[in-house]
Amino acid sequence: MLKITDLSARVGGKDILKGVNLEVNAGEVHAIMGPNGSGKSTLAQILAGREDYEVTGGTVSFEGRDLLAMPTEERARAGLFLGFQYPVEIPGVNNVYLLKAALNAKRKAAGEPEVDAYEFLTLIRQKMKFMQMSESFLTRAVNEGFSGGEKKRNEVLQMLVLEPKLAILDETDSGLDIDALKVVSAGVNSLRDPTRAVVLVTHYQRLLDYVIPDQVHVLSGGRILKSGDSSLARELEKRGYDWVLETRVA
Amino acid sequence: MSSKSQDVEALLAQKYRHGFVTDIESDSLPPGLDETVVAAISRKKNEPRFLLEWRLKAFRHWLTMKEPNWAHVHYKPIDYQDISYYSAPRAPKNAPKSLDEVDPKLLATYAKLGIPLHERARLAGVAVDAVFDSVSVATTFKEKLGKAGVIFCSFSDAVRDHPGLIERYLGSVVPPSDNFFAALNSAVFSDGSFVFVPPGVRCPMELSTYFRINAAKTGQFERTLIIAAEAASVSYLEGCTAPMRDENQLHAAVVELVALDNAQIKYSTVQNWYPGDENGLGGIFNFVTKRGECRGHNSKISWTQVETGSAITWKYPSCILKGDNSVGEFYSVAVANNYQQADTGTKMIHIGRNTKSTIVSKGISAGHAENTYRGLVKILPSAAGARNFTQCDSLLMGPTCAAHTFPYMEVKNPTATVEHEASTSKIGEDQLFYCLQRGISAEDAVNMIVSGFCKVVFKELPMEFAVEAQNLLSVSLEGAVG
Repeated sequence: MLKITDLSARVGGKDILKGVNLEVNAGEVHAIMGPNGSGKSTLAQILAGREDYEVTGGTVSFEGRDLLAMPTEERARAGLFLGFQYPVEIPGVNNVYLLKAALNAKRKAAGEPEVDAYEFLTLIRQKMKFMQMSESFLTRAVNEGFSGGEKKRNEVLQMLVLEPKLAILDETDSGLDIDALKVVSAGVNSLRDPTRAVVLVTHYQRLLDYVIPDQVHVLSGGRILKSGDSSLARELEKRGYDWVLETRVA
Repeated sequence: MSSKSQDVEALLAQKYRHGFVTDIESDSLPPGLDETVVAAISRKKNEPRFLLEWRLKAFRHWLTMKEPNWAHVHYKPIDYQDISYYSAPRAPKNAPKSLDEVDPKLLATYAKLGIPLHERARLAGVAVDAVFDSVSVATTFKEKLGKAGVIFCSFSDAVRDHPGLIERYLGSVVPPSDNFFAALNSAVFSDGSFVFVPPGVRCPMELSTYFRINAAKTGQFERTLIIAAEAASVSYLEGCTAPMRDENQLHAAVVELVALDNAQIKYSTVQNWYPGDENGLGGIFNFVTKRGECRGHNSKISWTQVETGSAITWKYPSCILKGDNSVGEFYSVAVANNYQQADTGTKMIHIGRNTKSTIVSKGISAGHAENTYRGLVKILPSAAGARNFTQCDSLLMGPTCAAHTFPYMEVKNPTATVEHEASTSKIGEDQLFYCLQRGISAEDAVNMIVSGFCKVVFKELPMEFAVEAQNLLSVSLEGAVG
């Protein structure tokens, strides 16, 4: 589904990614871990189409298409979703209105009719219940005045409504208390299916207790240094990242 | 520059949709201004003696005044002798008695602007006075309003038919000596709208005036006077457009509102004068004095304005809260794009006890525009228990525009409460990226973000016009209706 080959990128004249290789197949959940400043978020943002980063080499294909040649909104409509690390506030714009516009943009691109308002409301109520969000989110502005945890739940809610083929969740677990973490994890797990894939970008192994990844990668210094199954995450938790870095050097 | 910000720039490229010229013969005075011109205007309108005297007094005072220069706007000096102070579409000998006698070209002009004057085609429940250059060409629904006792007519008709009301109220809120542009207007004003709502009457429909400048080298100096008698209420809206021309044209209007005991006036403006081209050439100078007086107790005056047009806007719709418990409101969205300059805000003068005012100002700047909020909240010693709440927010689009806020406060009564909130934000690349990542197009995203920003003000507009305002905003900022 997603194939990253030798991807390198810089921001503000500084090389951040220095040849990343990664392949994610439908049905898989991958976790990308690594110390601060290793390039995890940069990778997520580049895949989603953020312009501030300059891709200096490599290719990315998404379902056989050249992802890097697609405009941001087209990537989204094709089924790529980014759960933001810091979801922005958009004052005065209703949370549900934005989500409906997003769903309709996707449906339009797929040649489907706009979603019926009543159907949409039923759908969103059901998903909100699943995410244990109160009805007040129906009337509030996008992320305005949301707590950190509410913003992250809202990201997962959007994901559940948009049903992306590939969800990239950038530190969706950070700042969550244990109850919220469970809800968010349940949200991610509910999306798991043989036709979809999830990439979790995270610092902590904590999330991976609830969402068991098929593969874990360690990204550091702009490269993937080590890959393994879910046991790698537990090892990292126990031994830290230095161990991977040292093995690599040795 | 990233391609994304080029997208935004492209979206901002503005198309002005009302820039056509109507080819119609007009009866104009040659450019220039002296007492004979003032007298000629008065004569053309067959005005009573008192009004001529009033004009001449204003003119003589104007000669002693200097053009104000405190506003945060820049323009080449205006040559007041190079402006024609009167232009009217040439009418058959007698003024048209009904719409059927109005020149079809004029009706077509208004239809093209989306303001059909034929009553059967009108928006249900909205009466319109259409002012073309210096004169009113038609007023709709006069009869229906007449049955309710409401007088809604052109200013000229009011002078002819209700001289007593004019003499009593004209200049009672904005005296001719008030400021440079008000004095000029008082000397040369040619037409405008007049509304009188008698005691206890709720005006049965929205009233609106549509101002159109057509002739070149002409200034438009209209005068609006609205009086809501005891326990009366009225909602009034004005709209404005002009052709695209390379030279600047002056629009110096005066609006006076009087609310007596328990009366309410809601005055909404959707101002879309030609703003000049993307290089700042041409456009209307909109130098306007608007003021309402809550003369009676428990009265209320509410200003709502959506300012998208004009090369330069200089206006401060204000409330004098004289009556005890009276309420003043000001809700404003001011958009400045390209080289537009806006210096706008309000004055709330609290005189009566327990008077209350609310100010919500939303400034949007794009391109190379300068957008200034300037407001005064003045609480006099007599205004015990007065309260004010002010909120000023600015939204910047792109790196080359600017927003300024000048809130002045003078509080002379210790029991008063004054609150002020202000914010400046950029239409974030972050917000835009967030929307794009959800599959929403850049155009829809900008639309959504801007209308979210303006929402609290649009809520105050009469329903029919909220939609129009929203559309106008899209056009002003994006060249497409979203």
